Amino acid sequence: MIASRPPRGSIHGNRAVAGWLFVTPAIVIIGLFVLVPVVMAAWVSMSDWSGIGPPFAEGVNFVGADNYAELLGGTGLATRDLGTALRNNLFYVLLVVPIQTAVSLGLAILVNRKVMRARGFFRTAFYFPSVTSSVAIVVLWLFLFSATGPVNKVLSWVWIEGPNWFQDPRGIFHIAFGAFGVTGQDNPLSGAMFLGISGWDWVSGPSVAMSAFILMAVFTTSGTFMLLFIAALQQINAEVEEAAMTDGANGWQRFRYVTLPMLKPIVFTVVTLGLIGTWQVFDQIYVGTQGGPAKTTLTPAYLSFNSAFNNQDWPRGAAIAFILFAIIVVLTALQRLWIGRTEVGR
Amino acid sequence: MSRREGVLAWVPFVVLIALAIIYIAPFVVQIVNSFRPDADVAREPLSLGIMSWTAAAYERLFTRSDFPLWTMNSFIVTLCVTVGRVFFVSLAGYSLARIPFRGRGFVYALLIAVMAVPGVVLLIPKFLVINQLGIYDSYAGMIIPLLADAAGVFIMKNFFESIPVAVEEQARIDGAGVFRTFWSIVLPMSLPAVMTIVILSFQGSWNELNHFIVSTQSTDLTTLTKGVAQLASGQLSQGSQFPIKLAAALLMTIPVAVVFFIFQKRIMNVGAGAVKE
Repeated sequence: MIASRPPRGSIHGNRAVAGWLFVTPAIVIIGLFVLVPVVMAAWVSMSDWSGIGPPFAEGVNFVGADNYAELLGGTGLATRDLGTALRNNLFYVLLVVPIQTAVSLGLAILVNRKVMRARGFFRTAFYFPSVTSSVAIVVLWLFLFSATGPVNKVLSWVWIEGPNWFQDPRGIFHIAFGAFGVTGQDNPLSGAMFLGISGWDWVSGPSVAMSAFILMAVFTTSGTFMLLFIAALQQINAEVEEAAMTDGANGWQRFRYVTLPMLKPIVFTVVTLGLIGTWQVFDQIYVGTQGGPAKTTLTPAYLSFNSAFNNQDWPRGAAIAFILFAIIVVLTALQRLWIGRTEVGR
Repeated sequence: MSRREGVLAWVPFVVLIALAIIYIAPFVVQIVNSFRPDADVAREPLSLGIMSWTAAAYERLFTRSDFPLWTMNSFIVTLCVTVGRVFFVSLAGYSLARIPFRGRGFVYALLIAVMAVPGVVLLIPKFLVINQLGIYDSYAGMIIPLLADAAGVFIMKNFFESIPVAVEEQARIDGAGVFRTFWSIVLPMSLPAVMTIVILSFQGSWNELNHFIVSTQSTDLTTLTKGVAQLASGQLSQGSQFPIKLAAALLMTIPVAVVFFIFQKRIMNVGAGAVKE
């Protein structure tokens, strides 16, 4: 090999070429399986493609926002299904995000105490469910929450007769209202319709079946978020706490007025990640309930999949996917505005 | 410290133990019940008393089901994805960290944008592309789309940026090419980051479900996640048959559990790293 040194300019040229060569495989793969799909689906959602032949072929027509209008403005089954899926997922988000944030913060604080013994053991115990596949966890959950399963067995020890969880479509808020004699009959809410769903049905709360999935989400994600909180807690300067201690603040005051405000950015991150994640409920439904009982575990992600792959209505499936995409983008943006921060965790 | 505080100091510990039991118990219940006969499990899911043990569920999985085939497919896909991803992701990360080239900012912005696209939104469109490319229902269709991910590129890029440039400059003066420098000098120094990618992609592709749902249909290509999902929804069996389902779910967890327990420290620090970057 000749070790002559090439002129300077050529080194730069070579390096630039190498730079592009190095990123090309990753960019091609990501472009081909993320960017191209998004563009393609955007087109399909505004077309009348039947699923036969390529979607860009001649004979596939542009129908504008028709598919979206049918979903959002109609009164038919499509609108009702989307409304139901949005309602189900909304209650899932409203319950899972606060609970998992609180639980993971609580776990992190408990595990991170200085006097703590066997810290590693507890961290492992809480994090392990996050490592296992959603499929395996759903299988386990279907067993735990079956009619004569372990959860109901434990409930029976304290004289509670557990429901048949995954077969029970009753909304838990409806059950609570029912305890006070409030029902859907002659209820003023029953008249108001939105997305094909009556007002009364909008306030049903998650069904008992969905509640089991809510518990599962907390079980499987609290460990991951606990790690984020532990990392943040460790970063919080010990000096700041010491300063507070000399001021005579007790443990709770130190936590409330020193630690908690400093945790704000990481809480924001966890809530954002939670919001993004909880709107994408798919695996659980695909494996566990396929939307049942009585469509109360139907979610937009599963509805989109089902419309396309099982009912061959590709434009509708793609349109639902984009509605879901929009929801996630808008929520994340709103949250950023609300908190008034653009860069967090850096 | 007063006596009251001394007692109170134990409260968090007791709470922790109670919580740990709640987190661990489901897996214990799963293991125990996978070794019991169907009828017993349906009747007494928590009884540890008079019980008969049986490995019937496991025997059935291995001798009279496609479970071994699913396992093989999962291993093939996971190994290919992990090896490929480490290579492509570290190449791209190195380029973004170290090589000034025109368009680098654009590539960077593109990757950030891609990370914001939620996975389930891609189900239908990914199928459309895979189908158009003619790799539907093949190993290629299962593996190629998973070979690179934006998050991995960022992890590698961040790590490479922490390595002193001087090391590479010496190699360059010695006449090593860009790839040589990357492959035999920088990459060996980046073992911690490479291991992180290995762990993440192993876990990710072993547990992957929805990509395989939209990229395959034939039974020959069924992976563990897809196979066990079918088992769970009762497509392959009648009745509840909890022991066999629990056994299958347990077995499919073993490889990720092994990786988890070996690399525990590093895995749990990945979470920490995600905050700091």
